[in-house]
Amino acid sequence: MAKASENNAASVASGSKFHNALVYFRQHWQLYLIFILPAFLLTIIFRYIPMGGILIAFTEYNPIRGILGSEWVGLAHFSRFLSSPDFMSYLMNTLKLSVFGLLWGFPIPILLAFLLNRILSSKIKQKIQLVLYMPNFISVIVLCGIVRILLSPTGMINSLLGTNTNFMTMPSAFRTIYIASGIWQGAGWASIIYTAALSNASKELKEAAVIDGANIVQQIKAVEWPAIKDTVLIQFIMAVGNIMSIGFEKAYALQTDMNISSSEIISTYVYKKGLLDGDYGFSTAVGLFNTVINVILLITMNKIVQSMNEGKGI
Amino acid sequence: MSERKKKSEFSKYPTQDKVILIIGYILLGLFLVAIILPMVYIILASFIDPITLQNKGLTFDFSKWTLTAYERVLGNGQIWVGFKNALIYSILFTIISVVVTLLAAYPMSRPDFKGKGFFNTLFVITMFFGGGLIPTYLLISNLGMLDTIWAILIPGAFSVWNMIIARTYYMGIPRDLQEAAEIDGADEMVYFFKILLPVCTPIIATISMWQFVGMWNSYFDALIYLNSASKQPLQLVLRAILIQSQPEPGMVADMQSTAERARLAELLKYATIIISSLPLMIMYPFFQKYFDNGIMAGAVKG
Repeated sequence: MAKASENNAASVASGSKFHNALVYFRQHWQLYLIFILPAFLLTIIFRYIPMGGILIAFTEYNPIRGILGSEWVGLAHFSRFLSSPDFMSYLMNTLKLSVFGLLWGFPIPILLAFLLNRILSSKIKQKIQLVLYMPNFISVIVLCGIVRILLSPTGMINSLLGTNTNFMTMPSAFRTIYIASGIWQGAGWASIIYTAALSNASKELKEAAVIDGANIVQQIKAVEWPAIKDTVLIQFIMAVGNIMSIGFEKAYALQTDMNISSSEIISTYVYKKGLLDGDYGFSTAVGLFNTVINVILLITMNKIVQSMNEGKGI
Repeated sequence: MSERKKKSEFSKYPTQDKVILIIGYILLGLFLVAIILPMVYIILASFIDPITLQNKGLTFDFSKWTLTAYERVLGNGQIWVGFKNALIYSILFTIISVVVTLLAAYPMSRPDFKGKGFFNTLFVITMFFGGGLIPTYLLISNLGMLDTIWAILIPGAFSVWNMIIARTYYMGIPRDLQEAAEIDGADEMVYFFKILLPVCTPIIATISMWQFVGMWNSYFDALIYLNSASKQPLQLVLRAILIQSQPEPGMVADMQSTAERARLAELLKYATIIISSLPLMIMYPFFQKYFDNGIMAGAVKG
């Protein structure tokens, strides 16, 4: 009955589209007013309204006068940031931290998945996974607390090395600490997605490869890599797209007054300038700069992957 | 029996493969040791008398073992306030977030849903572009949500990523289930709650766990939106002890000199780490079976 009336409406030439939509809406109003409305409202209020707030970046923002009442300064905040001596250092700190983090951190979960996939006893495999996943459930604060304890002059690492270096005060050690602790915490967890994709690799296909006398390298090339290739690509694009949105929480918790020259990244700088110093306009401008670079990186990366991968991207 | 089978499996590999595998497993073994060693160190250190630990390091002279650190940390009110708040925030956030996300994923999973493209674009843009810290902060402030629980619970409640995962999972449920429901005259609500959700428990468990753990372990929102000590979640209390080395005065007040207090503050960290991590460490193995299912369900297809 409902289907028939929809069809009739579609055959009427003008004004039918609207009528069609109306009929659909009347039948399926719950989809809009119950299912999607909460998510829609949350998105508009807490995601899109702040986008309008980006205008703050172009003003000398005064909370009492509001955005439109504040003095308009155009691109002054941007030029102030771009010409400040610290700009290059913050940008490079951010980029190096995430690019090196990606280079070291990205392949390890894939290797872990390949290794786990070759463990035949599912009991042993499960026990190993239990240990591998465990650090993921430690909070950033506790992780950084552990790092600080282990690396303190009297901590475990120093007693193993027989030294008493204070690693947390060394700018040159910050990136290694950040990236290594990230791998320690996240590599096992990140391997799940590849393990899952690998378990989809057809068992028969693999057995056929073994019968054909394929060695491990050939098996990986012929069976396992194709099974996870798409997953790897998606994960890679997502990781690149998030290069500039590298987390505030961990960098801030690993910062000390002494290692600030390598640990100050854009997100920690935005926080300090904005919420600690109250320089709203400037802070918003720096944040916007960061977001724009991020979007450009994501789009570029997606294009590159598409051209390499027969038009498939995200 | 299975042991022998494994051995024969392994001996089937050509020599070159054996070398690759052995190197691989040695590396895996090292990684496992690297994960376990610091944990064991911290567990042991948390039981050792502060001064002994500082002078001699780990000792197995059990006369030097003590529960002082635990007594001091647990005897202090603030850590319990933190636990209580973290539990409340995490439970409420998980409920709100999972409900909103599961609801939104349903229309998005239906091929016939009009406006799907519009909503999809609207949602996905927010994964990559946003107003940033200050505009969001000012909005929360203007809404009068500063220093209230709502600033923690509401703004991040809808997760686009989880919505995509739930949607993909719904789409894997055979359509005949829905068609059967429509013939019976069941409306959307009945189908969703009575037929769809019950077969989606793995994905609901997975998303719930992500949201719970995520809220339990985060501190940024609480740091910027909450001021009152009575509203601080566990992670902010931990931050004071572990990162800022400023435990609650009560924990170290009986020490005479500043130096002694500082040293004790340093040594309370071990017990604090154990106490605060224990609940999730104990709970998580029970969820392990959901990990693979849940992740396979959505993320693989992106």
